[in-house]
Amino acid sequence: MAVSIEQINEMYPDVLREIGNIGAGNATTAVANMLGLRIDMKVPNVEFIEVEKIGGVIGSEEQIVVGIMLGIETDIEGSMMFLMDIPSAHHLVNRMMMRDPDYDAEFDEMDMSAIKEIGNIIAGSYLSAISGLTNLTITPTVPFVAIDMAAAILSVPAIQFGMQGDNALIIETEMGDDVDINGYFILMPEGDSYAKILTALGVPVE
Amino acid sequence: MGQMIKVGMADLKVCKAPDNLTTIGLGSCIGIAIWDPSTKITGLAHIMLPDSTTIRNNSNIAKFADTGIQKLYDDMIKMGANKSRMVAKIAGGAKMFEISGGNASGINIGEKNAAASKAKLKQLGIPLKAEDCGLNYGRTVEIYSEDGKYLIKAVGKAEKAI
Repeated sequence: MAVSIEQINEMYPDVLREIGNIGAGNATTAVANMLGLRIDMKVPNVEFIEVEKIGGVIGSEEQIVVGIMLGIETDIEGSMMFLMDIPSAHHLVNRMMMRDPDYDAEFDEMDMSAIKEIGNIIAGSYLSAISGLTNLTITPTVPFVAIDMAAAILSVPAIQFGMQGDNALIIETEMGDDVDINGYFILMPEGDSYAKILTALGVPVE
Repeated sequence: MGQMIKVGMADLKVCKAPDNLTTIGLGSCIGIAIWDPSTKITGLAHIMLPDSTTIRNNSNIAKFADTGIQKLYDDMIKMGANKSRMVAKIAGGAKMFEISGGNASGINIGEKNAAASKAKLKQLGIPLKAEDCGLNYGRTVEIYSEDGKYLIKAVGKAEKAI
């Protein structure tokens, strides 16, 4: 049975936020630990917005951003995306490659693999938090990276959510370091996956 | 020079020369531009999904190729456009991520959006003059009412007019 995120948001507004908070918190900690960043994480900001407005959620629609997307499978199905701005991506990649923090040449192939690896860690820890909460087995697939206009990258989750309803759920998280790192998580469960998560959490689903 | 009017995602607008229309960052979505050279009435729709009939929540008709293009056509006719002179150009429908797995069912939607847009234009009898669809990058488009030029901008690529 499929439950729409509109219905869930109406019935249990805190459940979606809580899932997002825990997932994003776990992912941020994992990245910070791996890269030795000083963690100064703010409470993630969870936004429930109309799909039509998703293109401008990060700032300007034409701003170039890094998007990492992967599929999720096993007990729940769908996909998830992590987005960050270019300075944040450079900062994380430089940390990972142990480079000068000011290095900002165009990403090469090695940098792209580093970004994918960061995506793996982020998605893995995000999903393992949800998995721990729900006791469901959730497996991420190989990540894919796109660097393009924010609106174009965000059209992918807009369409995913648009197929099921009129709203999308986006979680913004911020980590402090020498520079601020802004990241956005978008979890896109499909079909009955939301119902499965809710049932596993003990929330009654009609 | 007229105004450059912005069309949002799942949105459509109609204008007349000297005004022009733009939409930013088409990914898998399609920007359908319809132009009538006789009246210089121009329309632009930014659709997200191919088919309104397969989706439960379909209140916004500009979200879908079938209903969006129909509305764009109706609005242009209402404004005084000449049905027999209309021509169309489309852009977008990219596959932003190379994900191949079957789990992300929306991932090949770009292709379906392009096919649905062409089918609807054909049904309305509007000839498709040019297209720039597919591949893996986002596009910002501008349609010029004076000459029907459809300008396409992409990150790290030369501007192109179709």
